[in-house]
Amino acid sequence: MVPLQPYYGLLAEFSEPEDVVAAARAVHEEGYVRAEAYAPYPVEGLSEALGFTRSRIPLLVLCGAFLGGIGGYYLQYWVSALEYPLNIGGRPLNSWPAFIPVTFECTILVAALFAVLGMLALNGLPQPHHPLFNVPEFAYASTDRFFLVIRTDDPLFHETRTRELLAGLRPMAIYEVPWV
Amino acid sequence: MSHQPEKSRDIHRPPVLRPGHSLQSVTEKISTIVLTKHTSRGWWLGFILGFAGVMLLLLGITYLFIAGIGIWGLNVPVAWGFAIVNFVWWIGIGHAGTLISAILLLLKQQWRTSINRFAEAMTIFAVACAGLFPLLHLGRPQFFYFLVPYPSTTGVWPQFRSPLMWDFFAVATYFTVSLLFWYMGLIPDFATLRDRAHRWGAKVTYGILAMGWRGSSRHWRRYQDAYLLLAGLATPLVVSVHTIVSFDFAVGIVPGWHETIFPPYFVAGAIYSGFAMVFTLAIPLRAAYGLQDFITDRHLDNSAKVMLASGLIVAYGYLMEGFMAWYSGHAFETYVFTNRFTGPYAPAYWALIICNIVIPQALWFRKIRRTPITLFFISLVINVGMWLERFIIVVVSLHRDHLPSSWDNYSPTFWDWALFLGTIGLFTSLLFLFIRFLPMISIAEMRELVEEHEQHAEQAHASGQSNPPLHDRPVTEEGRTQPGTESPGEGPPPERPPDQPPGGGGPPESP
Repeated sequence: MVPLQPYYGLLAEFSEPEDVVAAARAVHEEGYVRAEAYAPYPVEGLSEALGFTRSRIPLLVLCGAFLGGIGGYYLQYWVSALEYPLNIGGRPLNSWPAFIPVTFECTILVAALFAVLGMLALNGLPQPHHPLFNVPEFAYASTDRFFLVIRTDDPLFHETRTRELLAGLRPMAIYEVPWV
Repeated sequence: MSHQPEKSRDIHRPPVLRPGHSLQSVTEKISTIVLTKHTSRGWWLGFILGFAGVMLLLLGITYLFIAGIGIWGLNVPVAWGFAIVNFVWWIGIGHAGTLISAILLLLKQQWRTSINRFAEAMTIFAVACAGLFPLLHLGRPQFFYFLVPYPSTTGVWPQFRSPLMWDFFAVATYFTVSLLFWYMGLIPDFATLRDRAHRWGAKVTYGILAMGWRGSSRHWRRYQDAYLLLAGLATPLVVSVHTIVSFDFAVGIVPGWHETIFPPYFVAGAIYSGFAMVFTLAIPLRAAYGLQDFITDRHLDNSAKVMLASGLIVAYGYLMEGFMAWYSGHAFETYVFTNRFTGPYAPAYWALIICNIVIPQALWFRKIRRTPITLFFISLVINVGMWLERFIIVVVSLHRDHLPSSWDNYSPTFWDWALFLGTIGLFTSLLFLFIRFLPMISIAEMRELVEEHEQHAEQAHASGQSNPPLHDRPVTEEGRTQPGTESPGEGPPPERPPDQPPGGGGPPESP
């Protein structure tokens, strides 16, 4: 992929969580859509400030739970009643009370797998490299610094105006994020 | 998240995080334990001891594979010996980890934050040890995959109506979900270690494990949703696992096993022994690594209360077993019950009562709950007691059941002990590797805690209280109230540092 823009985006660094939330809100209200904030821990209201209010994880987990539950029960039904029926004292082949534990465990297992793998998939992880890692200071995003990036491919991005907007939010520093 | 109504109550207790910490200091303190080049002598000593146990385990397994389970002390009435005792004991220990990480998360108990990571590690290692025993007990362990429902050329399928199949699914699910939960919690911390590591090898290893985590707010949002849901899923799971383990017994018709109280009694017992193991590990760890700021006396106090409560449920279980044996009027039930405290294994039963019921009553006293050394010894006693409980349930119920002509006693052989001590070694060495290579406290969650504390302090400051902000206040010994004097004087008392002996901080407990 040959990037059209000269660099990935503009990165502003903040020291306080409240500042980055305020900055994210300002940037979002300005109309930027390809902006993202980074924090060393989940800051309350940060993703909402950027307009990201709904994650699809709960729905995904619900689907996983249904899939696991129905699949787990059907596995036992198919094995015990259809494929390998054993007549034990004339008891019913589809002996559902005995199938509850395994059905339950399968429900939990598949739902949990959907939760974790779904989280990774929707987040686009694993992603070994990202242009942000080219900024040495970005390493502090996992300690005590908060960052806000506006990508150059944002329709509103403008070399000087975006820079001025970020500068107006009083960050500690502004970096250009190089592609390589 | 506001804890306004809780705050006035909180203030009389030791804090969940010693004041004076910032995002930076928390990160530094925890990650340095892992990233340092220096490996302490104590670590090597512990690891080598554990590793010796692993060698013993391998020896025991090798000889078992060569000779078969006849090398154990099993006989015909007692066909379930140490293997099942140890299985139930280990899996019970694992339960506290899930309880701390999942249930207390859902209940928004802040104090769980600094102990959940290693409690989860404890769960995984304990379940790994537990999982070995049923497989080894199969006699021909190479065929354990017969338990997996897969299309085979023989056309034979597993019997899903058997508790042993339920057990297989429960334990396999429990292990997988615990591992997922643990790994997911570790991802942001791996990213921290990647960013802070200086050595190339560490950077690359933690980088791969972090999977490119960069703390994006959208990622965090999905992460939190998934984590919370995972906690919600793990909560019924942990209850189901020990319930199903108890079904292994309760579904059978052996007197002493066939009891409806087994599921809740087993779950409470699991939590009891699990918390005991948390203490057995946490108290030496916090002393060795100087983590008193994070694992405060508040944690010990709260965990001791949970332990006491679950211990009382266990005591109720013992009582109910006796009551039902009498009330049912069932000759075999009555005999099995009286045989426990008068028969050949009576010393084990009385030791169990002393370990699990009598000694833990000391936890009613606040002084004892907040003294690490006494807690450590009580936790060891409970670990022993819970092992004895499983021994009583498994062996003593079996050795004299319906048919007196087939009564027999069971005595463990060297190989029984080798496998038991071997799994303790495996558990210990895995745990030592864990504390050396992975952050034993969740750094990301500690940062949240720091931030919440700062917000609290600011709110308190703004509303005119005399509390200085937590993050820049030195730890003082003034303002301590005496243990037992719960009621404060008039006006908000100053924040109270943990109740430990003056000059404490490094209590002399060691394993």
